[in-house]
Amino acid sequence: MEYVSPEGLRLDGRRPMEMRQIRAEIGVVAKADGSALFEMGNTKVIAAVYGPREVQNRSQQLNDSALVRCEYTMANFSTGDRMRKPKGDRRSTEISLVIRQTMEACIMTHLMPRSQIDIFVQVLQADGGTRSACINAASLALADAGIPMRDLVTSCSAGYLNSTPLLDLNYIEDSAGGADVTLGIMPKLDKVTLLQMDAKLSVETFENVMQLAIEGCKAVATYIREVLLENTKQLESRRGI
Amino acid sequence: MRELQLSLNQTQKVRLQRALEKLESLSSKANSNASVTVADSIPVNYEDGLLKGHGTSEFNGEVVATVCGIVERVNKLVYVRALRARYKPEVGDIIVGRVIEVAPKRWRVEINYSHDAVLMLSSMNLPDGIQRRRTALDELNMRSIFEENDVICAEVRGFQHDGLHLQARSQKYGKLGRGQLLTVPPYLVKRRKQHFHHLENYGIDLIIGCNGFIWVGEHVQVTDDMVVDQVNKSEQDDAKPDENSISPEDQEKNYTRQETRENICRAANAIRVLSTLGFNITVEVITETVDLSTSINVAIHEMLGSEFYVLVAEKESVRRSMTKKK
Repeated sequence: MEYVSPEGLRLDGRRPMEMRQIRAEIGVVAKADGSALFEMGNTKVIAAVYGPREVQNRSQQLNDSALVRCEYTMANFSTGDRMRKPKGDRRSTEISLVIRQTMEACIMTHLMPRSQIDIFVQVLQADGGTRSACINAASLALADAGIPMRDLVTSCSAGYLNSTPLLDLNYIEDSAGGADVTLGIMPKLDKVTLLQMDAKLSVETFENVMQLAIEGCKAVATYIREVLLENTKQLESRRGI
Repeated sequence: MRELQLSLNQTQKVRLQRALEKLESLSSKANSNASVTVADSIPVNYEDGLLKGHGTSEFNGEVVATVCGIVERVNKLVYVRALRARYKPEVGDIIVGRVIEVAPKRWRVEINYSHDAVLMLSSMNLPDGIQRRRTALDELNMRSIFEENDVICAEVRGFQHDGLHLQARSQKYGKLGRGQLLTVPPYLVKRRKQHFHHLENYGIDLIIGCNGFIWVGEHVQVTDDMVVDQVNKSEQDDAKPDENSISPEDQEKNYTRQETRENICRAANAIRVLSTLGFNITVEVITETVDLSTSINVAIHEMLGSEFYVLVAEKESVRRSMTKKK
């Protein structure tokens, strides 16, 4: 199948190096300590953060750092075919783990000993790149909850189809069988916290694809920072003196 | 980017926006560019020496924020004051909390902090008002003072090895009944001299806990009934051995007049509106909001409707510009 037309347009009309429209909103869950909604095109993800709070299971308590937990779920209505998936299937367990590890790398857990931070992410609409959307949403929600972090983690995916590197794959491109690189970086520290790939690529093409993904992450970071800064300013101005 | 989840019509939308923009313009003059987000570098003058406070860290020789908030500078100290974080206790804060567990010699209290607070049996006044050692019998009767899920008011005593300790050594502290507990983000509450308020016009008590828990309840007369009353009390107890039958006086005591109930709800709704709009919560603002609602004859349930939100926002913008002029 042809994923990039001769004119250089993808199936949804984007250029190979173009990202989907992103949108973020903070404070969507009233009861949570921090929450955010993140959209990448048709992918829509909601994240809620609770904590730092008392550890629920005492045996898991860590005396020198906070316990970070993460739960990823996909809403039944999120995909095209409505499937009743059992909770805790392999895929979601894996993504939960991935998100947890990515976020744990940026949270300054040593500042909150003997406490627990819960991150809940739910996919409302899935159209490829749910992993990166979840990480971005979780990052925003953690910042909203006022949890100290080394840096924001932002994530973006890139792929390689029809011998062209493509940024931010959607569902059709994702299921085409080509390589799909999901990358998570801390833009300020310039460090990689997540790198996943589910096919083989030669070293040269991988470097190109990776570079593209880095650019994507940085673009997401700029947007997220804007949103956060606006939110902080708004909160401060509303509160008054 | 935090949007109010309200259904507004077009005029209301415009009015609300105008009021909020006015608030923004009022505050932006006061502190410009002090807000930072995670991983923003904070400009500092290294020559004067530097102390890095909360919410900052160092990266490549730069001071970097680790939370979103406002940069504050006190002499050499540079720190970031986080908005919308959990409550951070300070010694002497007056807080409202909920008992979640009765443990040996102590109660565990939920206070919106990252850990549960501890209220020791020995650090509170016994209901009979006598100062003495707490015996094993007192320990067994702990549930007669506070049970699980009771809402209590106490003061932060300090950090001990096993966590945050509270104390309640006065009659004004203790169990709260006949009212409503509201939770607001703690950054909206400012520490003040007075956190207990009695609104005489409405016959209600208002306890604005520093941890963002606010109690609105019927006014209770604080009486330091010490040993003097002890004799009378025991006589009363003798007079009615049958505990199950409720005397008319007791019924009178447990009855809250409808007017008072309405006032409680009105004040509670006023606080809800203010916290949704993200305005600072003080007694003055709450009373003004309640007065506004009564003066324009808004029913209690209508206070949570969009029109009242707009009115409160407009009122607040007028109020702040007035105080600014002074």
